[in-house]
Amino acid sequence: MRFCVQPNAAAIKYLLLYRITLSATFIFFITVKWVNLIYRNSRMPQQNQNNSRRDFLKKSTAIAALSITSPVLAKAAENDEKIAALFEQMPLKLEVNGVLHTLSVEPRVTLLDLLREQLHLMGTKKGCDHGQCGACTVHVDGKRINSCLSLAVMNEGKKITTIEGLANGDNLHPMQEAFIKHDGFQCGYCTPGQIMSAVCCVKEGHANTPDEIREYMSGNICRCGAYPNIVDAIMEVAPILKNT
Amino acid sequence: MINFDYQRVSTVKTAVDAKTKNASSQFIAGGTNLVDLMKKGVSAPEKIIDINGFLSYKDIIIGPKGSVGIGALATNSQLAESPGIKSKNPLLALAINAGASAQIRNMATVGGNMMQRTRCSYFYDITMPCNKREPGSGCAAIGGQNRMHAIFGTSEKCIAVHPSDMCVALATLDASVYISGPKGDRKILFTDFHRLPGDTPELDNNLQKGELITVVSIPANTFTHFHYLKIRDRSSYAFALVSVAVALEISGNTINSANLAMGGVAHKPWRLTAVEKFLVGKPANKETFEAAAGMAMEGATTFGKNNFKIKMGKAAVTEALQQASQKI
Repeated sequence: MRFCVQPNAAAIKYLLLYRITLSATFIFFITVKWVNLIYRNSRMPQQNQNNSRRDFLKKSTAIAALSITSPVLAKAAENDEKIAALFEQMPLKLEVNGVLHTLSVEPRVTLLDLLREQLHLMGTKKGCDHGQCGACTVHVDGKRINSCLSLAVMNEGKKITTIEGLANGDNLHPMQEAFIKHDGFQCGYCTPGQIMSAVCCVKEGHANTPDEIREYMSGNICRCGAYPNIVDAIMEVAPILKNT
Repeated sequence: MINFDYQRVSTVKTAVDAKTKNASSQFIAGGTNLVDLMKKGVSAPEKIIDINGFLSYKDIIIGPKGSVGIGALATNSQLAESPGIKSKNPLLALAINAGASAQIRNMATVGGNMMQRTRCSYFYDITMPCNKREPGSGCAAIGGQNRMHAIFGTSEKCIAVHPSDMCVALATLDASVYISGPKGDRKILFTDFHRLPGDTPELDNNLQKGELITVVSIPANTFTHFHYLKIRDRSSYAFALVSVAVALEISGNTINSANLAMGGVAHKPWRLTAVEKFLVGKPANKETFEAAAGMAMEGATTFGKNNFKIKMGKAAVTEALQQASQKI
């Protein structure tokens, strides 16, 4: 009995075709990669060149990981990531705190992750990441939303305001002033979300009584329990903000 | 979150075509539930079809006689704040404001609210059996932590509840749903939109393949008294243990017509048709309301941890009727 099949003409043809396709795909990948890199370098806004603590941590972790992993494996993983990035990114234009950004993002990136990881606006916090705590509250076209539940790509052409965009230069927003005056926070993690939410709570006309404020601010959780002071801050600033 | 293809569409036709072509695709509008489900690994569509480009479906139109047409992409807050809704159908505004948070109501749409999945903790926990998430795997809620679960219309396969407040009000107000699909357009009663679990708990509603909700309409009505009562574990931003929507037409002290539905008790908004018939012609007083509440709880089945819902449901119906009748 023979286990080995004699190669026939058709098999050779397919084998050749397969190898040609493989080479063509490889050349295509390399070309697209370089075109994309050149394109992106020319379009991306210049990132902040300062090395932050976060960048240092990222780099040192990566170096530590590399030193214990086989170089071939690491290279392969890196290449895979680059190839994946080429095919899965979408162009996205949006305005954040008055600055227009032309970006490219994976469809699965949330607005929250885009703000924090790509635009390095760390003021907006990731609390629960499931729309239950309100720490990620930002304004989209003037309306407060949970940025953790919005895909970045759904915000094409929108105007986003984060806590970094609330102050006017060195002059804090009246709501920020009021939170400081009334001690409306302890650890401060929920505070950017609370302030962004509070500004809209007033704008929507739902800051007339402490009870109404409690109801319309219920999407922002404060585990330190600064609620009474937050309500005081909003009550104080509401009449001033309403007229602006 | 597993990555996916993303497509923006700007007409109903292209949306329906795209959905029909790919069985593993999902529409996205506000994303408040879908993005959450995708993060949890409960939902992993191959393709997301963004329908936020249908600008004309974001409007709310009030007819001269008081009927209402609501585009499926109108946000929950837009609806709750609409002067026409507040004056003609205050029940709907009350129910919407009883649900979620201000941020979520700004994102969530009317169509999306109807399409949201149950918040049964076993449905969300991909390590547990759940017939809704994985047909045939069993129901962990039966015999498990079923405090939040249904007491009406349950099956051996599923005892989950539909979590929406808005839908309870729309069912009460005899709303209809306009649907577009590959086979054309159709209109169904809101009360026929959601399903009971039966043998197919994986199906939440009666939408066919590729179909899309476009408009929700509410007929003009003569109701004079409304109330939405929601009982929950904290005073705001929590799902209902039990909720009751009441719309009454009272003249003198006699109830001329009554529509009632409960939330948090079934796989769909639970209309109390027998109670509605009973109330017509009766005086609007405590005795009538208590008798009605007793009738409302007939046929309820409990599962151990949610036994309290019978007593709570009865009290809630009485209280909701009382509150509605006292409002001017």
